[in-house]
Amino acid sequence: MASRTRTKGSGAGASHHGTRRSLLVLYAVLTLCALAFIFPFWFMAVGAFQSSPTSSPTDLFPTGGWTLQNFTDINARLHLIRSLVNSLVFTIGVLAGTLTFGLAAGYSLSRLQWRGRGALFAIMLGVQAIPFQLLMIPLYVQVTRTYGLGDSYLGMILPFLINTTAVFIFRQFFLSLPESLFEAARIDGASELRIMTSIAVPLVKPAIATVALITFIGPWNEFLWPFLITKNAELQPLAVALANYISNVSQTATNPNGAILAGAATLAFPVVLLFVFFQRYFQASDISSGVKG
Amino acid sequence: MTTTTHDAPARPRRSRRPLGGALRAQPLGVLLALPYVLFLAAVMAWPLIQAVWISFQDYFFTAPTAVVEHPFVGFDNYISAVTDPQVRQSFKNIAVFLVINVPLTAVLSLVLASALNRIVRFASAFRVAFYIPYVTASVSLIGVWMLLFSRHGLVNTILGPLAPDPSWLVNSTLAMPSIALYVTWKQLGFYILLYLAALQGIPKELYESAEMDGAGVVGRFRNVTVPGVRSVTALVLILAIITGANLFTEPYLLTNGGGPDGASATPVLLIYQKGIQQTNPDVASAIGVLLVIGIGVLSILAARTGKEN
Repeated sequence: MASRTRTKGSGAGASHHGTRRSLLVLYAVLTLCALAFIFPFWFMAVGAFQSSPTSSPTDLFPTGGWTLQNFTDINARLHLIRSLVNSLVFTIGVLAGTLTFGLAAGYSLSRLQWRGRGALFAIMLGVQAIPFQLLMIPLYVQVTRTYGLGDSYLGMILPFLINTTAVFIFRQFFLSLPESLFEAARIDGASELRIMTSIAVPLVKPAIATVALITFIGPWNEFLWPFLITKNAELQPLAVALANYISNVSQTATNPNGAILAGAATLAFPVVLLFVFFQRYFQASDISSGVKG
Repeated sequence: MTTTTHDAPARPRRSRRPLGGALRAQPLGVLLALPYVLFLAAVMAWPLIQAVWISFQDYFFTAPTAVVEHPFVGFDNYISAVTDPQVRQSFKNIAVFLVINVPLTAVLSLVLASALNRIVRFASAFRVAFYIPYVTASVSLIGVWMLLFSRHGLVNTILGPLAPDPSWLVNSTLAMPSIALYVTWKQLGFYILLYLAALQGIPKELYESAEMDGAGVVGRFRNVTVPGVRSVTALVLILAIITGANLFTEPYLLTNGGGPDGASATPVLLIYQKGIQQTNPDVASAIGVLLVIGIGVLSILAARTGKEN
C-alpha cells in the first residue's frame, strides 16, 4: 500500500516533467513531418520562378535568377489560360450537379418518407466500393461511341455529376436538424418543397461549404477520365495537358524542368490556396461521416 | 423520425401495394432522389453489368450504328489475361505496392493523428501541412517528384555515393517501392483526418485510468488508442487497398508508362493499354473483373480488423 502510494506520487511528478519534455518531442516530430509534406511545394514554387532550376541543395534558397520565362515556355506549348478554363468548366459542372442533385437526394434520404429509401441508402454504401477503373471501359464505349460525347464538356462531367460522398454528408447534416423545426413549418402551412428550400438548405450552409471544397478537388485534379475521352487539345483540362507535356514534349525540350514546375504550380496553387483559406470547412468529422455513411 | 410520417393534412393509409405505398408516402421524396438514382443506374450499375458482360464476349469497338455479333466465349478472355506474363507481373507489382503502402499508411496516419490530437498550439497549421498533398493534383506533384528522384535530382545529390544506380524511378527493384512511398505521402493527410475524428470519440477517462495503472505513452497508445480506433482502422485499410489497386496516374507518368520493363505496370495501366490503346476491351474487362475480385477479398479480410474479439 505504502509503496503503491509512493509510486503514484513520484509517477505524477515524473509525468509533469515528462509531459513538458514529451510535448517538446511531439512538436519536434510534427515539425519534421510537416516539412516533409510541405517541402515539394517549396521546391515547386521556387523552381517555377527560376531561370534554370537545378537540384543542388543551395538552389533551394536562391538569391537571384528570378524569371517568369517558365510560364511563357509552358504557355507556348499548352496554352495555360485555355486549359485552366477547361478545368474550371469541368469543375463547375460537377459542383453544380453535386450541389443541386446532391442536396435534393440528401434531403430526400433524411427527411422524406418513401419506400425504397432504405434500399437506395444500402446501394449508396455498395457503390463506394466499386472502383471507377472497372467501369472505365464500358463508360468509355458509351460516352465516346453510343452518346457521341467524346471531346465534350458533358462527356467529361457525366461520370462525376453527383458525388456519393456529398450525398452522405448532406444526409448527415439534414438528419441533425431538429424535428420540431419541420413540424412548426408544417403547422404554418409550408409545403415540403418550400421547407426544404427556405428552411433546411440555408441551415446546412457549413455542409455546403464542406461539400463544395471536397467536390472541387475531384474534377480539378482528375486525370484518367478526361485523358481518355479528350483527344482535342482545345478541350483538355490542365491536368491532362500538363501530363501530356510531361510524358511527350518534355523529352525533346532542352530544359523542361522550369516549364514543368511552372505548369505544376499553376495547377496546384488554386486548390492549395482554397484549402488554406477555407480549412475550417475541411473537418475530420464531416468527411468521415460522409465516408462511413 | 421514422415513426412519424409528415404528410399532407389528409394523411392516406399506407397501401398494401408496394408501388402505391411508395407514391402515397411522400412523392416528393422519390422525385428529389430520382436524378441521383438515374445517375447511379447510368454511371454505375449499367457499366458494371456491361463490364462483366464484355469480359465473356469476343468484344471489339465498332461504330455506334454497326450491328455486329459479339459471340459468347466463356472464360477465354480470363484465360488470355491469366496466362499473359505482363498481367501476372502487374498483379505482382500491385502486391509489392500494397505490402509497403497499406501498413505504412495505417501506422503513420494513426501516429501522426495521435500526435496532432495531443497538441493545442499550431494544431490547424500542422493539419493543413499534412493534407495539402492530398488535395493537390497528382500530376502536379509527380512533376516535382520526377525532378527530386531523377538521376541528378536533389535526393541523389544529398545521398551522394549512397544514391542507387540506376536511379529510383528507372530501377526495376526500386520503381514500385518509390511509387508506394509517393502514394503513402500523398494520401496520408486524408487518413490522418479520418483518425482525428475517431480519436475525438475516445473518452479521456480511459487514458486517465490507464495512466493510473502506470501505463506509459506506448502502453496507452497500444491499450487505449489502437483498440479505440479499430473500426476506423478497418476503413483506412479498405480505402488504402482500393486506392492502391486502382493505381494508374503514378506508374503512367512517374515511371513513364510502367517501366522499367513493366516493373511498375499495374492492372489498371494494362486495362488502359490493352483496352483502349490495343483495342482489346474484352481482355481488359476480364483484368478489371479479376482486379475487383482481388480487392473484394482483401477488403473482407481488412474489414475483420474492425470487428471486436
